[in-house]
Amino acid sequence: MTTGPATEGLLRELAPRALGAVVRRYGHFADAEDAVQEALLAAATTWPTDGQPDDPLAWLIRVASRRMADTYRRDDARRRREELAATRSFIPPGPVPAHDDTLILMLMCCHPALTAASAIPLTLRAVGGLSTREIAAAFLVPEATMAQRISRAKAKIKASDEPFRLPPPGTGGERMRSVLHVLYLIFNEGYAASDGPDLARTDLSGEAIRLARAVHAAVPQDAEVTGLLALMLLTDARRPARTGADGELVPLAGQHRALWDRALITEGVTLITGALRQGQVGEYQVQAAIAAIHDQAASHASTDWPEILALYGLLERMTGNPMVTLNRAVAAAMTHGPGAGLALLDDLGDRLGDHHRLHSVRAHLLEQAGDTGAAVAEFQAAAARTSNLREQRYLITQAARLSTSNKT
Amino acid sequence: MRFMLLQDYGGVESDCPPMAQWTPEEIKAHIDFQNTLNAELLERGELIEAQGLSVPERAKFVVSDGVSAPVITDGPYPESKELLAGYRMVDVETLDRALEIAARASAAPGINGAPIRQRIEVREVMSAPDPEV
Repeated sequence: MTTGPATEGLLRELAPRALGAVVRRYGHFADAEDAVQEALLAAATTWPTDGQPDDPLAWLIRVASRRMADTYRRDDARRRREELAATRSFIPPGPVPAHDDTLILMLMCCHPALTAASAIPLTLRAVGGLSTREIAAAFLVPEATMAQRISRAKAKIKASDEPFRLPPPGTGGERMRSVLHVLYLIFNEGYAASDGPDLARTDLSGEAIRLARAVHAAVPQDAEVTGLLALMLLTDARRPARTGADGELVPLAGQHRALWDRALITEGVTLITGALRQGQVGEYQVQAAIAAIHDQAASHASTDWPEILALYGLLERMTGNPMVTLNRAVAAAMTHGPGAGLALLDDLGDRLGDHHRLHSVRAHLLEQAGDTGAAVAEFQAAAARTSNLREQRYLITQAARLSTSNKT
Repeated sequence: MRFMLLQDYGGVESDCPPMAQWTPEEIKAHIDFQNTLNAELLERGELIEAQGLSVPERAKFVVSDGVSAPVITDGPYPESKELLAGYRMVDVETLDRALEIAARASAAPGINGAPIRQRIEVREVMSAPDPEV
């Protein structure tokens, strides 16, 4: 089965709207999600040959509704009808803006009963309109295994009996945080894998950006949503420069900045500037602000490091995350010299343990300070502790480079 | 997180003899156990792959310098107990869960249904790098 990119894009766009409509009509998020998934597959098979219907959304809703009706007829009709009657009362009457449904679906998928690992594939299927096969391929998991993950996630949501509606104003904060976290994880998954050998993998970063755009369209006044979207764009802008010709990692300092995507940078900077002006600063906005400074700098050396140092200080106070302290140490070294950075690392071991990133940052700072021998040892220690293959290669190469230059 | 759960021919910590000395019922019970465990892992969305490997006698070792003809060694080997018997690859949320699965696999039934206490090697699979490098 081959689907043209136009049909595929349209189907993914329509998926949350069709699902929203079917859930509103029949209740039962879990069953409706299956029905819409079947309708999407039917569309992907028939539209390219039979032609696209005049009203694609109506077509999807009709086909999905028929599947729902078939399912209900098949098993235990009465119990189903009773459940239906119970759920219907939650469904608000009248037409609903498409944005709202996307947001409700996101909130459903990022249910507190689910771990992020379950919420991620469910979000990609229910809101993103991806097929189980595509999601399985993206995460390098067999399709049957991924199908189970999704149906278990839906069973949990079903068991929680949550009504399909936007949370009452002022109560959705925690859920919104999970939505943003899940989108952030999807983006990172794609970003980390973006240059792997398997070109068939769905572009998860692109999907995360698309979904973040949809959420942003639903709640344009939410500064953290804007901040996350900006962060994704400003990070994705650097993707073309992040790997060398042989697939090796190129750290920020060594990246060829002409390869960065200017259009994404411009959009990201505009978004984050607007969000920060609203005055409700959150973690994603601060991270986006840091990314924006990097993206606008002409070189690593001429970057506004004092500003980045200040922003990491702010982020550290907001999150208490030791990984942030690690980044602050790098910024401190760039601002005040390697000694200042190394001093910040000293008491970090207690909070961070024997983490490979601590060793690799220390290695870089020791190298800057001219202590080559100690830097080699730290690069080796970092390489021994990472579970990332390409990171390990990068670290071993750094250790080898320094040992060689030491000998000559 | 992905883990390989590996088992070799040697690491049986009970005094259970090799499978060739079991009754057909005991062998069937053992295979049923493995299938049930795999089905459970699939049902939980954790199974990537599970494979048993052919007997050590059929293993071949290949060594090459990339120029001359490779040296290929055929079995049987005196050290056959060190060879891999099979593996499971699982995708789980925590190391603890991988250890729990390994413990289940270790207690597979042998003679008279007694747990064979197979030693399971648990190894994390290297992943793609974090984006923040």
